[in-house]
Amino acid sequence: MINELGHFALILAALVACVQAVVPMIGAHKRWPGWMAVAEPAATAQFLLTLLSFAALMHAFIVSDFSLRLVVANSHSAKPLLYKISGVWGNHEGSMLLWVLILALFGALAAWFGGNLPATLRARVLGVQAMVGVAFFAFILFTSNPFLRMAVPPFDGQDLNPLLQDPGLAFHPPFLYLGYVGLSLCFSFAAAALIEGRVDAAWARWVRPWTLLSWVFLTIGIALGSWWAYYELGWGGFWFWDPVENASFMPWLLAAALLHSAIVVEKREALKSWTILLAILAFGFSLIGTFIVRSGVLTSVHAFATDPERGVFILAILVIFTGGALTLYAARAGTMQAKGVFGVVSRESALVANNILLAVACFVVFVGTLWPLVAEMLFDRKLSVGAPFFDMAFTPFMVLLGLILPVGALLGWKRGKMGRALRQLVPGFGLAVAVAGLVWTMQTGRSLLGPVGLFLGTWLVAGAATDLLTRVGRSRDYARLLRLPRADWGKAVAHGGLGVTMAGIAGLMAWQIEDIRAADLNTPYTVGAFEFELLGVQRVQGPNWFADRGEVSVRRDGAEIAHLYPEKRTYPVARMPTTEAAIHGGFWRDIYVVIGDAQQGGGWTVRVYLKPLANWIWGGAILMAIGGALSLSDRRFRVAAGARKAVPAGEVPAE
Amino acid sequence: MKRFLVILLFLCGPALAVQPDEVLPDPAQEARAREISQGLRCLVCQNENIDDSNASLARDLRLLVRERITAGDSDDEVVAYLVDRYGEFVLLRPTTSGWNWLLWAAGPLLFLFAMGLGGVYIRSRSRAEAPSEAVLSPEEQARLRDILDDNR
Repeated sequence: MINELGHFALILAALVACVQAVVPMIGAHKRWPGWMAVAEPAATAQFLLTLLSFAALMHAFIVSDFSLRLVVANSHSAKPLLYKISGVWGNHEGSMLLWVLILALFGALAAWFGGNLPATLRARVLGVQAMVGVAFFAFILFTSNPFLRMAVPPFDGQDLNPLLQDPGLAFHPPFLYLGYVGLSLCFSFAAAALIEGRVDAAWARWVRPWTLLSWVFLTIGIALGSWWAYYELGWGGFWFWDPVENASFMPWLLAAALLHSAIVVEKREALKSWTILLAILAFGFSLIGTFIVRSGVLTSVHAFATDPERGVFILAILVIFTGGALTLYAARAGTMQAKGVFGVVSRESALVANNILLAVACFVVFVGTLWPLVAEMLFDRKLSVGAPFFDMAFTPFMVLLGLILPVGALLGWKRGKMGRALRQLVPGFGLAVAVAGLVWTMQTGRSLLGPVGLFLGTWLVAGAATDLLTRVGRSRDYARLLRLPRADWGKAVAHGGLGVTMAGIAGLMAWQIEDIRAADLNTPYTVGAFEFELLGVQRVQGPNWFADRGEVSVRRDGAEIAHLYPEKRTYPVARMPTTEAAIHGGFWRDIYVVIGDAQQGGGWTVRVYLKPLANWIWGGAILMAIGGALSLSDRRFRVAAGARKAVPAGEVPAE
Repeated sequence: MKRFLVILLFLCGPALAVQPDEVLPDPAQEARAREISQGLRCLVCQNENIDDSNASLARDLRLLVRERITAGDSDDEVVAYLVDRYGEFVLLRPTTSGWNWLLWAAGPLLFLFAMGLGGVYIRSRSRAEAPSEAVLSPEEQARLRDILDDNR
């Protein structure tokens, strides 16, 4: 009964979206206020109905209703509650339902907080948003219905893929989707602005918070996924340049570019048509990502529905929306004229450089991801494009970006003074060179990767600090730092976070130590500065798995610093093994221990990794997200959002 | 199909890749073997290199790489040996032969193009006349009057 209600609510939501896609658009065209006003209640209704439908599916998973085919395929009665809940989006159909739920949520948010938008723009934004919604509702209902029943319900389910039964991965998809789908709102704003034929500072001010919000969520989602890969996959890799990872990375790069170009539109009324193009492309890449994950055209570890029919449907959505928006763009882009005038050396120019680098980096990832497909279709060559290519082709652009970032961030608007910015950065540059030099002399392998990465990291963090300190000026009044707008703090924290991540990646890749051996029980051995000893291995039992759990003592200079329990689990229902690495996290390095099979001559295979600066990678990502959130909480955004409500309230007593 | 995928995951799954018995006694040779393995694709897996993969085929390839190294092959010869037998699909870092130069050049070319375009744009902006104060359209004038009247 509840399942049918959920199904019914989903169909109703699709119908509401149809209404919302048509009526407000006509209303905006004919200037009929009543028709335009339909958008807001429709967006609310669409969201509530989709929420109801999602809640029904979640209910089915929680109570293990094995009459639903989806629950049978992806759940098991013995599974812990958290993973019953995360099982809702751990599969194709459920994750699509989450996708439309978030799409409807962003539509509703735009309706609720868009009170100060011009009526026609608001109606058009919500109309376009609903058009995207209609396409995805149709996709779910016609090709991937989560509410299909079984004729004969089995006694128990087939369990969720054990790799997905993990806290990091339980929350990874919702964050990622909040980011992906949040970009749909930027797309809707861009399409609506093109229809209106008007892009100005006010438009950019409305778009920026949504871009920022999506980018923050994407950052968290990608970081969670990478962190999960690090501790779950058993050798501590954090990024594989897999097509699906690239699919989430490309929108992130473009959203970062959009974030910066929208600032130029807002402050200086320049880069307008480029910003519109970016908004369209950013969501376009989100759709490409969906296509890659769900069509199976590219082999990937993550692809979970490899169904050509669904792939064609999503390809159609992709072509219709990006194609349609780009056509509109081609017709209207000429009418958008830049107003701001700025010198060659200026913040505006620096942000243009930022956009070029981010867009080109995204393009490199795009070409590398699709090249195997192109080569096979056009040149009849079966080849692979893997991590070595991306490391070589992508990294230079990021290094360049890191080099110019602190300088650009200090340049003034309109007409900056390069000499002044460089003078302010001299201490930071000196510090970065010193750190790089120190690292160069200390390291043994003499590769350039570590010093360059730490130089960039220090340079970025010092640059962010300089940025804040210049605000204090000569006054030495450090209390002023606390009174700076939060957007300034956000900028500094996010840029510093990028530096921390860069340093972490370089440190991990340059100085990792690995040791693989058949370790005998109670026989200590040394790796790096640490002494390891396998004390014993026990068979343990979990709710839906059993495991061999090793006990490893880690000592430094004779004193024990960690007692680690790496596990090798087996999930009998899904018939899959997983490794649960034991990690002793530290500020400077992680100690990462994995246990393998029993050896014939006694003892066990044990892998030990010392991973320098590993936590900096995700720490930097968290800093970037915090920086974004700080900017988002800036008073200027809130003033813009609440402006309309504040005015009548202040007026009442005056009358 | 699903069963097949499960088996694939089982084979390539995240577990221990390089086993202790595979490791070469000479650390320099072993380091070379690891370096080469990281650039070779496990053919039955999805986008994993043979160094990280647990599949039995990956193990065979790792042993083959080590066998060639101990036989005295140079790094390039080892890779060429494997490409001869398994095709260029095995290379995670594509060659620059044929149209592949386009793959490698795509980023730098676009970068140069974008720098040119950006340069032209910035120059045009720096030479543009500052626009006169924005003039409101008649409708906006009317709306401005409305707002000002409201406030009175």
